[in-house]
Amino acid sequence: MPDIDPDFLALPLRELADAALGRAAELGAEHADFRLERIRDRTLAVSDGAVETAAEGDALGFAVRVVHRGVWGFASADALTPDAAARTAERAVAVAEVAAPLATDRVELAPEPVHADRTWVSSYEEDPFEVSMRAQAALLSGWCRRLMEDGRVDHVDASLLQAKEQKFYADTAGTSTTQQRVRIAPEVEVVANRNGLLDSMRTLSPPAGRGWEYLPTVEAELAGLPALLDEKLRAPSVEPGRYDLVVDPSQLWLTIHESIGHATELDRALGYEAAYAGTSFATPDRLGELRYGAPSMHVTGDRTAEHGLATIGFDDEGVATSSFDLVRDGVLTGYQRDRRISAAQGLRSSNGCAFADSPGHMPIQRMANVSLAADPTGPDTEGLISGVEDGVYVVGDRSWSIDMQRYNFQFTGQRFYRIRGGRLDGMLRDVAYQASTTEFWNSMAAVGGPASYVLGGTFRCGKGQPGQVAAVSHGCPSAVFTDVRVLNTAQEAGK
Amino acid sequence: MSGSSPQAVVERALELSRSSSCMVLVRERSTANLRWAGSSLTTNGVARNRTVTVIALTDGPSGTSVGVMARSGLRDDELEGLVRAAEAASESALPSEEAVPLLGPAEAGAGGDWDAPAAATGVDVFSAAATGLGRAFRASAESGRLHYGYAEHTVESVFLGTSTGVRLRHDQPTGTIEMNTRGSSADGTDPRSAWVGRATRDFTDVDPDALDAELARRAEWARTPVELPAGRYETVLPPTAVADMMVPMYFDSGARDASEGRSAFSDGEGGVRIGERIAGLPLTLLSDPARPGLECAPFVVADAPGRDVSAFDNGLPLRRTEWISKGVLSALGQTRATAARLGTPPAGFADNLVLEQEGAAGGTDDLVASTERGLLLTCLWYIRMVDPQTMLLTGLTRDGVYLIEDGRITGAVNNFRFNESPVGLLQRATEAGAPVPALSREMGDYFPRTEMPALRIPDFNMSTVSKAS
Ligand SMILES: [Zn+2]
Repeated sequence: MPDIDPDFLALPLRELADAALGRAAELGAEHADFRLERIRDRTLAVSDGAVETAAEGDALGFAVRVVHRGVWGFASADALTPDAAARTAERAVAVAEVAAPLATDRVELAPEPVHADRTWVSSYEEDPFEVSMRAQAALLSGWCRRLMEDGRVDHVDASLLQAKEQKFYADTAGTSTTQQRVRIAPEVEVVANRNGLLDSMRTLSPPAGRGWEYLPTVEAELAGLPALLDEKLRAPSVEPGRYDLVVDPSQLWLTIHESIGHATELDRALGYEAAYAGTSFATPDRLGELRYGAPSMHVTGDRTAEHGLATIGFDDEGVATSSFDLVRDGVLTGYQRDRRISAAQGLRSSNGCAFADSPGHMPIQRMANVSLAADPTGPDTEGLISGVEDGVYVVGDRSWSIDMQRYNFQFTGQRFYRIRGGRLDGMLRDVAYQASTTEFWNSMAAVGGPASYVLGGTFRCGKGQPGQVAAVSHGCPSAVFTDVRVLNTAQEAGK
Repeated sequence: MSGSSPQAVVERALELSRSSSCMVLVRERSTANLRWAGSSLTTNGVARNRTVTVIALTDGPSGTSVGVMARSGLRDDELEGLVRAAEAASESALPSEEAVPLLGPAEAGAGGDWDAPAAATGVDVFSAAATGLGRAFRASAESGRLHYGYAEHTVESVFLGTSTGVRLRHDQPTGTIEMNTRGSSADGTDPRSAWVGRATRDFTDVDPDALDAELARRAEWARTPVELPAGRYETVLPPTAVADMMVPMYFDSGARDASEGRSAFSDGEGGVRIGERIAGLPLTLLSDPARPGLECAPFVVADAPGRDVSAFDNGLPLRRTEWISKGVLSALGQTRATAARLGTPPAGFADNLVLEQEGAAGGTDDLVASTERGLLLTCLWYIRMVDPQTMLLTGLTRDGVYLIEDGRITGAVNNFRFNESPVGLLQRATEAGAPVPALSREMGDYFPRTEMPALRIPDFNMSTVSKAS
């Protein structure tokens, strides 16, 4: 396993933390924490072989968060001097002073054992920032040119996103942690316009908490893309109606993200996101009682899965991460929480879901890796398909949308196959499926086995005001859902 | 950032540059925000940071290559490292197809006073508005309406310098306030919620009492719940909801995608639809950096180049551009390089958007008054592209769908999921009001400077009912 980069460790981490936390304590803050982060990111976008974007960002800064007079105060800055750290602590306290008259709820934090001088590094082999941008651009460009030679393809877009997060956290209770993680998201899409129809086909390899060693996984998909796109453009348009669906993990991860991941965020369920990201139908009064889905549905939240995008050792409030139940035997049994909402609910500890996407932002409750367990003795995807008489097999994610209480969703995908008599019978075009969360999960008739399990995910989950972006993974097997509404998107557009 | 002023950083980085040519952008940003839920402040903060972007260009035998490196939290003594990193990136990059000669001071746009210090904001910008919010919070118990919302103020000064002598600077104040009230179900009032939002440059024109009065009016409308099924409805889209649909269309109106057959503005035969009538009404869609109240940078700032934004265009003047002129598609956004390839004038995307119809008068209330039976929406949410060819978007209604009968609001309707294309809406709209400043609920975080009319759509496609409230 890699070590934390020495240049990060050489920064005056403790000196700044001591200056900030000391000043906050002098000013009477009940709690203070200090978080210094360096976040590197690289974006490469290549279209038809030409480089459209090749950019790198490198952000370094720190934040001081206090609980003072029972309310939050937060300030951040980017000058790494003890004096600036102390001034930033003063600004955080001043923000709390302004806020105090308008706050009626006192901020209390759930207790957490002290974790002193702990370090954690994510699981990857080759740091992608050690590979030159030229080598990366040349690789993507070569992929594009190879695909452009195929007459079935008009355009090719290839992109590569990568990030490295390094963070140092210290608080007035005595916890201090130093952590580093790396993530990467390569993607290739081919596009063609035939007989007035425009369509595209994209690779399915998900973004992952891995290094440069991940690239061959995507490359292996490239050769198949032109034929898949060609088949999609020739496929019949779907007849709208109700179908049984076999949903591949390459699509199901996103349905889990939207209809379970966000719905089991306790801050949403309590109304803290009511004006923006929304609330949840899965309210705390229904904990232990709400029948979320079929008895075969077991969902956990975790920040510990190897290569998971939300995986880390300690969260942004110094809480050690873990794995916990959200839905067990189809019943709602838990929530994702941070220290404040845990305390507000009378719970003895947080389950480690606080995260801030930059030193300029305050940590809020963000998503753990929320994953659907495979059936230990379940079949592979082919086995699931063989049990469906009349249905549609959905592969890959494309467009998604869900309401602010997480009931009504609509998803499209990369490819759709008609299932007849337990076998695939060609592709379909223009498919979207629409359902209501608990109806959909209660219609889950079969869950795939470990052979079909994939850890999917995204770099770009948005939440909060000011807006914050987080990366998160979702593991799941393929699964069968019965009697789901399928729309024809061409008809919806009045085409 | 220790030491140097942003202007000094620009000059020093240009001096340090050894590449064929070089551009330096410094963004000096300060921001303050308040957030509340359940009529109590929750998270609040202030932040300051500086981002320095160096764009190095290397001329070679097969063309010019570009290296872009951005850093924040940079010390003065680290500037040379950043310049060298950008140079190394550019030397190792493949030649760019966007390469055109950089602009000189004569061709570049005009900016603000280069030498003035960077502008800044702080939490005190909210002093007056916070008093009004406090009043509304304290009245919650009596009104039965709990307050949720967010206010943010950001001031950003951007400084652009190039090795060809361009020195441009722009100060951008951006503020938004969003207020949402929900009935506290404990006292038995209707749980349906209402939302109002607006953009502001400095919060001096924000009146929380007036915004709260509008929320109270809508809470009254919501006293009578009405259940309606999915289907096509005559619908009055208020300016906020029109902004929700027009902003995604603007983001997807690049000439390059259209010319490659990849958007709703492609003609299907390798060309674009410029010159084609796309709106039934004589509507004009335009961007104008000088639009009063919506002022934004009058030149291209490209520190994050992409498909329709080229680093080579840094400093390019942004002028009033009509994208749709009296119902006819008249321009698509494009860089100088794409424009040269397509043989049409370059058209940069400015940071504001206006939809208007000459002579149109009246607002949402007037359109409601002349509606026999229909729906009035508040805003749209979770809008995503379903099909780029038709620009079909899906999304949901949110925080207020009202039934109009005989020119009056008679109740609050359940929410719906819609499937609609903004291009289709322009085609089918039968009536427009006068444009007013309007904050898009969905896109306002990224694109707050919009002025939109209310629109009447005879057959808005509500695809399914959403139980969300
Ligand atoms: Zn999300």
